[in-house]
Amino acid sequence: MAISFELTDNSRIARDFYRKMAIEQMRPIARRYDVEEHTLPSEWVDYFWQHGRKGPPVDFAAPADGMVQVCIQVEELCWGDAALYLRMPTSALGGAAVGAAGTKEQKARFLKPFKGDGHPVWGAMAITEPGAGSDTAAIQATAELDGDEWVLNGTKIFCTNGEGASQVEGGFVVVWATIDKSAGRGGIKSFVVPAKTPGMKLVGLEKKRGIRASDTATLLFENCRIPADHLLGSAKVRKKDPSKTGDKGFKGAMATFDASRPIVAAMAIGIGRASLDLCRDELEKQGVSIRYDAARCDLTVIERDFIDLEAELQAARLLTWRAAWMMTHGKPNNLEASMSKAKAGLAVTKITQKVVELLGPVGYSQKLLAEKWMRDAKVNDIYEGTQQINQLIVARRVLDYSSSMLR
Amino acid sequence: MRPDLIEFEPTEEQQLIVDTVRQFAANEIRPQAHDAAEARKLPENLLAQAHELGLVALGLDEAHGGGGDRSAVTGALIAEELAYGDLAIALAILSPSLIGLPVTEFGTDPQKAEILPALLGPNFNAGSLALIEPDFRFDPFRPTTRATRDGGDYTLRGHKCFVPWLDSGDQVLVIAMEDDDPQAFLVPRKTQGLSATPERNLGLDALPTVELELDDVRVPASARLGGDAGCDVHSIIDRGRVALAATAVGVSRAAFEIARDYAKEREAFGAPIATKQAIAFKIADMAIEIDAARLLVWEAAWLLDSGAKATREAVLASRQAAQVARVVTDGAVQVLGGYGYIRDYLPEMLHRNACGFTTFETLTLI
Repeated sequence: MAISFELTDNSRIARDFYRKMAIEQMRPIARRYDVEEHTLPSEWVDYFWQHGRKGPPVDFAAPADGMVQVCIQVEELCWGDAALYLRMPTSALGGAAVGAAGTKEQKARFLKPFKGDGHPVWGAMAITEPGAGSDTAAIQATAELDGDEWVLNGTKIFCTNGEGASQVEGGFVVVWATIDKSAGRGGIKSFVVPAKTPGMKLVGLEKKRGIRASDTATLLFENCRIPADHLLGSAKVRKKDPSKTGDKGFKGAMATFDASRPIVAAMAIGIGRASLDLCRDELEKQGVSIRYDAARCDLTVIERDFIDLEAELQAARLLTWRAAWMMTHGKPNNLEASMSKAKAGLAVTKITQKVVELLGPVGYSQKLLAEKWMRDAKVNDIYEGTQQINQLIVARRVLDYSSSMLR
Repeated sequence: MRPDLIEFEPTEEQQLIVDTVRQFAANEIRPQAHDAAEARKLPENLLAQAHELGLVALGLDEAHGGGGDRSAVTGALIAEELAYGDLAIALAILSPSLIGLPVTEFGTDPQKAEILPALLGPNFNAGSLALIEPDFRFDPFRPTTRATRDGGDYTLRGHKCFVPWLDSGDQVLVIAMEDDDPQAFLVPRKTQGLSATPERNLGLDALPTVELELDDVRVPASARLGGDAGCDVHSIIDRGRVALAATAVGVSRAAFEIARDYAKEREAFGAPIATKQAIAFKIADMAIEIDAARLLVWEAAWLLDSGAKATREAVLASRQAAQVARVVTDGAVQVLGGYGYIRDYLPEMLHRNACGFTTFETLTLI
């Protein structure tokens, strides 16, 4: 080992591959699907399914950056457009949950349509309810075993990809529900509900501030029946704090956050970089370039702000790569994943808002994408654990407090 | 070593150095930090002890007995650990490199032969750098101190401040404008025309520094660092910025740990204050910002080691680390409440020290 920030050739190939895709396929339609909310960006979906899905022409025998490469790819795609990235036909968080907590057989069965030659499919994860967001233990949706079937009842909101995953054959929604309300978190399990399962209804699509090309669904479960083996992990209810026991159900679901938070951080960083790149280009068009070697006292306010924003972005990126690198190497990264997400969410919120300010009237105008990116960016400080939830996780880790000691 | 991968772990050799310095910082430096500041005096025994560890020698010219490891990454790792003990003492311990490293990098053979043996000898021998000037418009690349060629000599004229001036040193490296180019000059401290006035500053009480008046100071042409070839002040400053940023991370980490431990011990309303989100979140933010700043420092140092120009990265790292140090140390003062304002508790001093990072700009420590 040695401290190094040199990307592998494979990471460069991947970066260039997705950057090209971002420039050619995403940027030209980014504004259109921001305006035409709830319209499926079918040219992008089809393009990704046919050409993007196979991935970059990397050399599998050569050294690879593992999860760092994934972060680089995500950053490039979200530099293109974060909403279109989210709308890509993939198993997304649903796939992550199956990957983390599913058996070999479950993985093979549920993920097969995503690898096949059929039509585009989506996966999704449904956790949030009208009365339960960050406090996942408060969810009210229930699952009851009836013979060899689970019966799901409840309402799920803010389900990213929920429309595609629930309506297009081959996809699935991973639904969190409790099998024993008295057990708190120990009773919460996750279930794979295939698209078009009777009793799962798409009842609404949110109108959002940003990431409008991404569908955010409300799903209603009314006596929705799924086979018993669609449960991820064990059906055993642990009365004790499940994060301390080996329950793969809750723990497995939580572990997906350690993987997904650096990815969300990388998404945020892509938007932040898009915003800074645009700002730099606009300034340069006006003959203003950022001087890094000028005395601090000689810098203009714009230069000072810009340099500070760049530092914030790079700080977030390095925290993110570190969390990803730890994952690749099998090191527990719960703390570092939350650090990266907390930093990236806040940094990019600040960066994109400041760029709107720096660009003045042009920044506020829809002629450029700066205002869109400002709207797109903010969600990164909210979903996959709000800023405050990630602070809470970091605080517990650095203070060595359990969740009951620091609530 | 596989340099073509992103990695976040020091080499085994570096880790050994880090462990040694961390122990020295915790066991030897930290316990003396408060008293040294109050007495405005460096603990001499500590400088000798540190000298024996060979931390400065590590980076100096091999031909003259140094370790020849010019890695900025290694330097950053050492600088963070020393400053984690105490900033003033760390800067004193590292002061020989203020002269030793630029001479190793750019010096002519006679300059190396003159300067390096003293720094590598059995006794601690301080170094000094005169870069900063007492003016809010100070630009490290365009100092107002001027060097004028006059026959076989140079005449130096100007005004410097924050110049480390330890008892043992006998040379100071002066950065001055020569025509349109900043250059460095080796000036014996006893040279005529050089007058030093001790300073008192907001912090760094234990580190003796002076304001330096250069009133037609004459030095031979051979005093110009690098001789006819001169030196690249930009490179000296880029490296110095990264080194200083590393010390800022060390100071931040010290403040963070004190705040964290205090918050877990101090009870209010029947429970440790760390169990309140208002305090816990502040501590979480400190941890995040410190790690982020460290990674920026590592990246800039790594880039320097790769031989690439690292001005942008050095600026980003030093700006960020300076701001983080100020915020984190102030946060520690706040977490300690009333005790944060009392000089018997370290955060008070740590915050005053940290406020200097935006001023010092650069110190060629690594």
